[in-house]
Amino acid sequence: MTDLYQTQRAMRNMRLAAMQRGVVAILDIGTSKIACLVLRFDGAEAYREPDGIGSLAGQSAFRVIGAATTRSRGVRFGEIDAMQETERAVRTAVQAAQKMANVRVDHVIACFSGAEPRSYGLAGEIELQDSTVSEHDVARVLASCEVPDFGEGREVLHAQPVNFALDHRASLADPRGQIGNRLACDMHLLTIDADAIENLLYCIKRCDMELAGIASSAYASGISSLVEDEQELGAACIDMGGGSTGLSIFIRKHMIYADSVRLGGDHVTQDISKGLQVSLNVAERIKTFYGGVVATGMDDREMIELGGDTGDWEHDRRTVSRSELIGIMRPRVEEILEEVRARLDGAGFEHLPSQQIVLTGGASQIPGLDGLAPKILGNNVRIGRPLRVQGLPQAATGAAFASCVGLSLFAAHPQDEWWDFEMPMDRYPARSLKRALKWFKDNW
Amino acid sequence: MQQIGIEDHPRRRDPAPSRWAFRFQRLWLTPLFRTTLRVGVPILTVAFFAGWYFSEAANREALRDKIAEIRASVAERPEFQVKLMAIDGASEELSADIREVLPVDFPISSFDLDLEQMRAVVEQLDAIGAAKLRIRPGGILQIDVTERVPAVVWRLGRAIELLDATGRRVAAISRRSQRLDLPLVVGEGADAAVAEALRLVAAAVPIEDRLRGLVRVGARRWDLVLDREQRILLPENGAVEALEQMIALDQAKDLLARDLVAVDMRNARRPTLRMAPPAVEELRRIKALEIGESD
Repeated sequence: MTDLYQTQRAMRNMRLAAMQRGVVAILDIGTSKIACLVLRFDGAEAYREPDGIGSLAGQSAFRVIGAATTRSRGVRFGEIDAMQETERAVRTAVQAAQKMANVRVDHVIACFSGAEPRSYGLAGEIELQDSTVSEHDVARVLASCEVPDFGEGREVLHAQPVNFALDHRASLADPRGQIGNRLACDMHLLTIDADAIENLLYCIKRCDMELAGIASSAYASGISSLVEDEQELGAACIDMGGGSTGLSIFIRKHMIYADSVRLGGDHVTQDISKGLQVSLNVAERIKTFYGGVVATGMDDREMIELGGDTGDWEHDRRTVSRSELIGIMRPRVEEILEEVRARLDGAGFEHLPSQQIVLTGGASQIPGLDGLAPKILGNNVRIGRPLRVQGLPQAATGAAFASCVGLSLFAAHPQDEWWDFEMPMDRYPARSLKRALKWFKDNW
Repeated sequence: MQQIGIEDHPRRRDPAPSRWAFRFQRLWLTPLFRTTLRVGVPILTVAFFAGWYFSEAANREALRDKIAEIRASVAERPEFQVKLMAIDGASEELSADIREVLPVDFPISSFDLDLEQMRAVVEQLDAIGAAKLRIRPGGILQIDVTERVPAVVWRLGRAIELLDATGRRVAAISRRSQRLDLPLVVGEGADAAVAEALRLVAAAVPIEDRLRGLVRVGARRWDLVLDREQRILLPENGAVEALEQMIALDQAKDLLARDLVAVDMRNARRPTLRMAPPAVEELRRIKALEIGESD
């Protein structure tokens, strides 16, 4: 795990370097679109110590100076499937964003939704050497967490301390400087497929840029779509993307669970395509223009021209009523939501004090979803849109850009992760310690 | 039969930039590269072509000729022509001298007149203290001259010259009698101490009618020469005070009317008299008489 520790630390350093330079790109690699934002860090926060949450909830620290979206290529279920194609799409998005920003960007913070994220809750406990908790003690308690065997080919994406307990006092946000004997911590560990990260790294590298951080898009959407009290009291954010639906559960401003369902808006499109015998492009257009999940009497009479260019008049003149379209879409949306419900149940969401669920992402814009979702997910459901950040173009303020915006906020105010603390001595590989001892013996 | 419409749907171009296009755009957005290309390259290009053009002597010559031609076309306009020279504040003689040292062929363009240099030339004339040159509207070169005022006549060997109060030569004269109104100074280095000489002359007003001149001795101190070959030897420092003391003595004891050859005031506390030989004889005779009487 030292390896990962080094990689993540290197990424963190790169992010700091990027902040120093003032420009960083945000890349959201989705199944249906790839979005790129260029952020400039020159707000008031750049010149003063972070003190509390900062002005405008910390958003004044950065400004979006470039934004571009392109149709995604070579991505399936939120994972890179065809490297060359994805690379081209990334280049398109980055080039357009750079052109708008009129600045060259070298550092990229990326997020993606797939790669089967799995959450683990870790707990660790140590006796304090000193009665006061120091940074070193925090590092020790984080290192003392028993890491589960998450299997071969998995990589840790997030390892965030979510809770500290000192003696009998639990739920401390920051135990440093406090007095006690036993320090315990809970850590949330999110692992994903190592191949996905490798592919992403390689892809970014092929675009002549450096990866300065990665995040799960479910996490990023949660940051941007959940309002502060929802994050505090406990809520789930469901990011309904194209190829996969991510869900993240927040409580006390920390993510405690993330998962993804490998179903999304693209499957709805496929259903329409198959059900109506039209091409995917036409199906997508029909879905966005006429789609819905709750049929009314009016919809029987609204006929949709399917079009086509086969030359067969009968085929090209087909029409379908909107209620038929809804009849195709609704089961799939229900299936997605039921799958999400199952994941939430599996995560024990019903035990949280607040049952708020926020739907966001491109597929959450289906008309009538706010009527359908409460039937499956419970009463406290709302459709969320991301926070508004400075300089974001109007076209990029929709729900589909929740993870982009969240990633921007994440870049401005990163959550403390395990690798932000110095690794305690005893976790260093024994060999290097032995070598140091040998050097002393040889030379003294 | 040729199939129609196969070209109606050409393959859509890939919107993605190629790797090289992408790289080039990033390079172009690099500030240093951009500045170099936008500023450095044009400058270099211009410099290169200019250098290449001027590396040939004929081109350089042509450019120089062109510049000279343009300059001449401006300078020869009637507005810039200077037609005559007017000299104010100088005597006839001096005016002639000035015209001689400034050989200007009128009409001339005012661009070709270097007034500063001309002023330096004019001021090198001994008789001129200061000169102001300007070009008056109407194409007149106006020279305002302040002449040096001769203060003393200086004789050195056979040459007789007029000096002003600062010791600068003003003019040469052939005979002393031409300027009898000015005091005469003689001796080497006298020109360096004209100011002191003038102060001495001013102090010597009571014996003015007897004053013949001043002699600079050893380029160091003054001797006052009176008629009847009388001399007053003055010290190097405090000559004026010594002279005033001498005059006070004269007024009290009528000293200078006596048969003295020289009064040595070089030591102010011990003025020494040198008498003429007959006076010495007389003094000795009187002394002898006195001694004889007492004997």
